[in-house]
Amino acid sequence: MLRDEKIIELETTANNIRESIIEMLLEAKSGHSAGPLGMADIFTYLFFHALKHDPKNPTWVERDRFILSNGHICPVYYATMAHAGYFPIEELKTLRKLGSRLQGHPHREWLPFVETSSGPLGSGLSQAAGMALADKIDHGDITTRRIYCVMSDGELQEGNSWEAIMLASKYKLHNLVAIVDYNNIQIEGYVENVMPLAPLVEKWKSFNWNVIEIDGHNFSAIDEAFDQAKTVFEKPTVIIARTIPGKGVDFMEYDFHWHGTPPNAEQAKKALEELRTLGGKIKSEHQ
Amino acid sequence: MLNPKLKLNNKVWNDDVEQAPIRQGFGEGLLEAGIADENIVGLCADLTESTKMQAFAERFPKRFIQVGVAEQNLATVASGMAAMGKLPFISSYAMFSPGRNWEQIRTTITYNDRAVIIAGSHAGISVGPDGGTHQALEDIAIMRVLPNMIVVTPCDSIEAKKATRALAKMKKPAYIRLAREKSPIITTVDTPFEVGKAQVLYAPDGIAHVGVIASGALVYNALRAARHLEKNGIRVKVVNIGTIKPLDTETILALAKETRAIVTVEEHQIAGGMGSAVAEFLVSVYPVAVEFLGVKDVYGQSGTPNELIEKYEMGIDSIEKAIKKVLDRKNL
Repeated sequence: MLRDEKIIELETTANNIRESIIEMLLEAKSGHSAGPLGMADIFTYLFFHALKHDPKNPTWVERDRFILSNGHICPVYYATMAHAGYFPIEELKTLRKLGSRLQGHPHREWLPFVETSSGPLGSGLSQAAGMALADKIDHGDITTRRIYCVMSDGELQEGNSWEAIMLASKYKLHNLVAIVDYNNIQIEGYVENVMPLAPLVEKWKSFNWNVIEIDGHNFSAIDEAFDQAKTVFEKPTVIIARTIPGKGVDFMEYDFHWHGTPPNAEQAKKALEELRTLGGKIKSEHQ
Repeated sequence: MLNPKLKLNNKVWNDDVEQAPIRQGFGEGLLEAGIADENIVGLCADLTESTKMQAFAERFPKRFIQVGVAEQNLATVASGMAAMGKLPFISSYAMFSPGRNWEQIRTTITYNDRAVIIAGSHAGISVGPDGGTHQALEDIAIMRVLPNMIVVTPCDSIEAKKATRALAKMKKPAYIRLAREKSPIITTVDTPFEVGKAQVLYAPDGIAHVGVIASGALVYNALRAARHLEKNGIRVKVVNIGTIKPLDTETILALAKETRAIVTVEEHQIAGGMGSAVAEFLVSVYPVAVEFLGVKDVYGQSGTPNELIEKYEMGIDSIEKAIKKVLDRKNL
């Protein structure tokens, strides 16, 4: 269980990461806003609590593996990595620029610790399953390594996702944890309108997965879900995280138009003001 | 005559020349490679017996992953295993892998530069009665266009075995093209093999008039055509391309300089195939007349392998016609 002080620390870090996301998107003038903001809490939890990793030694062989399947939310990935110490925060401003290590969608050869390149949807979970399989071949059922895969709800419309879901339960990949960003938006609208996924929990359950549904912005709930996943040895686990797209920036929340759009200067100013004052609760250091 | 340095099968001209499916050599090579390297894993999409991965699967059940009829998963699970230090071989029919899972191969294998070896069996029109849906005629094009990808097309079962072992040692993304049907054994266990190296299998006495560059089982037809024409005074050199990417530009350039007339022969669409690769190279450094034999922008159909090879003009007679045609063009 997380102590209150730890929760406050994680919340503060997540807020800083959201600020970085806005700043880098403004600089890049293209990219995705809603998904990255919505996943800032879970990325913070992963990189500042759950993951066994070493930012100063990205290729440490004992590390857990983290796969981002929906590569388009990489602003949150990059920002979290920078805040965790993988590279200077200043570098975030190179997002999507010529020669930058921070490609528009992640490229593993350009940036350390990006375990795989991603962008085309639906194939992250199967790569994570391959990693979990390889880990089990080497270390058997007693392996304590975890392979975490963040994926979107929209990419569950890809057949490849379900191929991976079937394979992971067939091979009882208990070392595999999928985290679905269930924010109900995709480029062209609400997921339930474009191609419904509901009932999503039942779908995963019927494929023999351990399914945990949580509020993706509640650190206690996130923590409990990750702990509970470790107690299951016969099945892979999926954490279906209900998140708010655009979380933390009032005018972006729940609006699918922000899926693939960056803020302009005025919007970024407004967003940063809200994030820096925690919605008017505190004074910004910039004031 | 057959190139003596290559120690080729001296019974290759016999009517009862030994025949074996190219895919069989892959199966034998994979088993040997698996014994030599415990990091090798095999993944298959419900075609373990057909693609000859069976022997490996039986010998190493814990290192064999049956993914079911799911070729997209086949490629991507393999990529994940490669990321953890395994050396995955994946097999299916070429039409499905790399046919169906091309984007997954591009993003997770070649863009990622992960060492996964893709074995595409049942390639070409000689798949036969299964018909056009199952005859992969585009696989060379879609694989050779990918940066980081090696493309190997063995001419017989023995070469397929050597190629499989060689690729296992190279540890790079690679595609190996296999055929279903039995085809004549051209090489022997003593024939040298190197990925990226084309070989002159047949050379006439004196300077050759025409160079034939062939791939896969059609190398045999090219040999027969060359031998027959030599008796009629047309001197033909036959090259087994072996590897389409990286292309052995040295051997091709030497052949072009000697003959100034090239015929390419492949069981593949002419567009984008091995002949295209040869022509892309030659037109930029040493343009010569080239005739392309292959499938001419149509799909195949059911029939026996021989009927189809004849119907779609890749038989010995067709090769001879193409040789005469390119010779006429050269002499214009």
